[in-house]
Amino acid sequence: MINEKAVVTENKKLAEGVFSTVFRTEAAGICKAGQFVMVGTGSDSRLLKRPISISGADPVSGEIRLVYRTVGYGTTELSLSKEGDSFDILGPAGNGFPVEKAADRQHILLVAGGIGAPPLLYLVRELKKQGIDRDRITAVLGYRGEKYGLFLKDEFENEANVVLSSDDGSVGVHGTVMDAIGEKVTEADMIFACGPLGMLKAVKGYALEKGIPAYISLEEKMACGVGACLGCIVKTAGVDSHSHVNNARICTEGPVFEASEVMI
Amino acid sequence: MSVDLSVNIAGVTFKNPVMDASGTFGSGMEYSEFTDLNKLGAVVTKGVSDVPWEGNPTPRIAETPSGMMNAIGLQNPGIDVFIERDLKFLEDFDTNVIVNVCGHREEEYLTVVERLADRKRVQMLEINVSCPNVKTGGIAFGTDAGMLEHITSEIKKKAAQPVIMKLSPNVTDIAEMGRAAEAGGADAISLINTLMAMKIDIYKRDFAIANKTGGLSGPAIRPVAVRMVYDVSHAVKVPVIGMGGITSGEDAIEFMMAGASAVAVGMYNFHDPGAMLKVIKGIEDFCEKTGVKAVNEIIGCVG
Ligand SMILES: Cc1cc2nc3c(=O)[nH]c(=O)nc-3n(C[C@H](O)[C@H](O)[C@H](O)COP(=O)(O)OP(=O)(O)OC[C@H]3O[C@@H](n4cnc5c(N)ncnc54)[C@H](O)[C@@H]3O)c2cc1C
Ligand SMILES: Cc1cc2nc3c(=O)[nH]c(=O)nc-3n(C[C@H](O)[C@H](O)[C@H](O)COP(=O)(O)O)c2cc1C
Ligand code: FES
Repeated sequence: MINEKAVVTENKKLAEGVFSTVFRTEAAGICKAGQFVMVGTGSDSRLLKRPISISGADPVSGEIRLVYRTVGYGTTELSLSKEGDSFDILGPAGNGFPVEKAADRQHILLVAGGIGAPPLLYLVRELKKQGIDRDRITAVLGYRGEKYGLFLKDEFENEANVVLSSDDGSVGVHGTVMDAIGEKVTEADMIFACGPLGMLKAVKGYALEKGIPAYISLEEKMACGVGACLGCIVKTAGVDSHSHVNNARICTEGPVFEASEVMI
Repeated sequence: MSVDLSVNIAGVTFKNPVMDASGTFGSGMEYSEFTDLNKLGAVVTKGVSDVPWEGNPTPRIAETPSGMMNAIGLQNPGIDVFIERDLKFLEDFDTNVIVNVCGHREEEYLTVVERLADRKRVQMLEINVSCPNVKTGGIAFGTDAGMLEHITSEIKKKAAQPVIMKLSPNVTDIAEMGRAAEAGGADAISLINTLMAMKIDIYKRDFAIANKTGGLSGPAIRPVAVRMVYDVSHAVKVPVIGMGGITSGEDAIEFMMAGASAVAVGMYNFHDPGAMLKVIKGIEDFCEKTGVKAVNEIIGCVG
């Protein structure tokens, strides 16, 4: 893991309250899709670093990209950054998506609810790099509605078949990503998902019912991001390797879990 | 570079007065890529009990102004796994190991203390009688002077290593608690553990932490901690290890001037995984700048 001050090389607004910030960091050379970084706030009263997924990495230019919604102090500070500003970055952290498990799959389904999309964008590009072509991948992207901005949609469309849903019906299927899957997705033999907990529960239910392996990325409040504080656990079906109870650390054993392993 | 940073606590020599505060550094494993453990005065391990503990439901942590709250609930793998894995890992490092011990009931503490008796890798025991996040036991030993003295003396009967009693700040008279630990035979005292606190998410109309209350730590508690270290170190003869919001060499020096023989860095490790090395450097710089030849000269120099 890298612990350094990383320099902002680009920052832009993608939609209302959604930003894309690129950092130059050594983490770019060692990260994989599904991993995240802990980002400092720059404030000496907001001391915890914020976990943000890596939504793309370029080992050649040494850059990683973060796409995030502004919800509080840390993400707002990030959104106000300018080229040349620096932030403390710790990472890459976590396990990442098991890209290799998708190699022989014919119908890979990516399910992104709102700001769950960023890590899946990195994933879809890695799947493509592995030689999986676009007609084997369907990305279901759920948005609030057109007027709130369809961030990352075009980038997904460059890589895969895209199915949209929106809460207000302004674009794609009117409803949730699950409604869109019900209407538009006929086949899947592998699922990767990231989004709000309610959506992940529904994805888990769907995957179990259909017998499809599903890898979901979870969130929890984090203090250390490296597995030391035990703040970020999720209840697991099996005994965990760290504390030998049934608690996996989302920052270390996760954030990506096989859906049936976690008690969500 | 000629500053002598070593200190002595209950007959154990520390190469410098800086260690991690239990629970913020695992057993050192997770942080060893950022902090050379050989450079620390000691590694203090996360609280360990006789059997595995699951801890509390999530959310377990919340950020607060200049600090954080936690209610981990002392999740740990129990003493067997701890000895086989964590102590084995620490075997390769040239630093003191202090094992933090927790329990609900007296017998549980004693079981862990006895299991560690033949472990040469362990230089000292730190007894957590003050975790505010565990419903039964624990905290009662830390808030009732009579019970504190009793459990200290029972532990002393079984312990092979010097015993540090870690005090809770959630009491009216901290000096009285220090005297009770000393009367029970404690070889040293550490303080402060976290302050009982609460945070409410007003938009969700719910507690920020599932346990409702959590322990407050970080720079927000530092002035309280310095005062308590001062009070206890002036009430007892045994050495005191001070902690609560330390972020820099200057903060560490403040605790030592108040009476601490050594210091621990807690939640600031989360902010900066290399924090302790900077604290050690900061202490050295302060000593050089102000003409202090041996850091132990400043212990309790104020008051
Ligand atoms: C593994 C992981 C990956 C994530 N990836 C992304 C991403 O790619 N894009 C994105 O927009 N968001 C992502 N999040 C959520 C992101 O961490 C929070 O939105 C962010 O921490 C909010 O910080 P703040 O300072 O703006 O908000 P504040 O409300 O000021 O934060 C206060 C505290 O709560 C924590 N916190 C608040 N919301 C969350 C949350 N949802 N999850 C975890 N901690 C939280 C903060 O880290 C901080 O410690 C991710 C979370 C996790 C756990
Ligand atoms: C996440 C977390 C876990 C902790 N776990 C323990 C523990 O297992 N045993 C213990 O005695 N103290 C524990 N503490 C208390 C710290 O050791 C320390 O006393 C307190 O946090 C004050 O120091 P700080 O302000 O530098 O963090 C914990 C603190 C935090 C923040
Ligand atoms: S955030 Fe500390 S263990 Fe995961």
